[in-house]
Amino acid sequence: MKLTVQVNEGPYQHQASDSAYHFTKAALEKGHEIFRVFFYHDGVNNGTRLTTPPQDDRNVVARWSELAEKHDLDLVICVAAAQRRGIVDEGEAERNGKDATNIAPGFRISGLGQLIEGGIQSDRLVVFGD
Amino acid sequence: MSILHIVNKSPYERNSVALAVDYMRDGDTLLLIEDAVYTVMQGGKAASIIDGQKAVVLGPDLAARGIAKEKMIDGVEVVDYAGFVDLVEASDKTQSWL
Amino acid sequence: MTTKKFMYVNRRAPYGTIYAWEALEVVLIGAAFEQDVSMAFVDDGVFQLLKGQDTSGIDMKNFSPTYSALGDYEVTKIYVEKESLEERGLTLDDLQHLVWEDEDEDWAEKDSIRLVSRAELAEVFAGQDVMFNF
Repeated sequence: MKLTVQVNEGPYQHQASDSAYHFTKAALEKGHEIFRVFFYHDGVNNGTRLTTPPQDDRNVVARWSELAEKHDLDLVICVAAAQRRGIVDEGEAERNGKDATNIAPGFRISGLGQLIEGGIQSDRLVVFGD
Repeated sequence: MSILHIVNKSPYERNSVALAVDYMRDGDTLLLIEDAVYTVMQGGKAASIIDGQKAVVLGPDLAARGIAKEKMIDGVEVVDYAGFVDLVEASDKTQSWL
Repeated sequence: MTTKKFMYVNRRAPYGTIYAWEALEVVLIGAAFEQDVSMAFVDDGVFQLLKGQDTSGIDMKNFSPTYSALGDYEVTKIYVEKESLEERGLTLDDLQHLVWEDEDEDWAEKDSIRLVSRAELAEVFAGQDVMFNF
């Protein structure tokens, strides 16, 4: 089946991103297609490469980046939610006059339409949040 | 069309488990993840909420919280993340009671 | 493109968290995709529709007027769960009067809000293709 996964919470504060990651990984291992992982609300905070968790803890952000690289995943951060919370890529930095970017590898910033499209194109939408 | 109702809240903190059960129809399944796994603890007041329902609980979340098999009420199936994926596939859609 | 039945389930009060507002943003953007859209207000979600919201004292955007524009976005099926409303001591009169104009009936104004019991809403859910949760 073709799946879209939605993540509504940031890393560490809430288990949502962990649950979404383990679910997504299991779905890939079973041979399902992940059409897209869409990060919304505080979930956009999963996409900053500037996190530095302690050595003995999992790196939630890097884990998503690695999974994306391995499986060519489409990790999409909602632009409206990202602008509010300061997740910035090159394009956003240029458009909004920011002096830095912080987006993690494998993530891209795009519109809410990407979530809607996920709902239309996928067989199932699975939402993880608070 | 069948729904996989996913709940992640402790039944002692929020009403989500009870509400999801209210919304269950024939053929639907209840999946308890994250803090909702406390629902299945023997002797807990909340266990009765899922009496007679088709309820499944996520094993890794149970284990993380120290809930051993023998501390669980009867009649609840335990799955891993692969089983979670199978449940999503077996239902027509999912509803997360966040 | 295929048309699917989309249900946006709203269960949170406004302002205390951003979920209600950002959920509404999804509905507005989603309208451009011409799917068969419904919204449901359950639990504290019914508070989103209360009349008379004034956020001037908390310096937050009052997004409650946006609900009255939903009809223009062709979001015309707004289900309010009766049990949630009653539990909170509310009636439909406490909520905004949301309407839409029916093109097929010479733009006659029609009510968007459908007051339904939990059992009726469960049946509506059963008929949907995709459930959006925030």
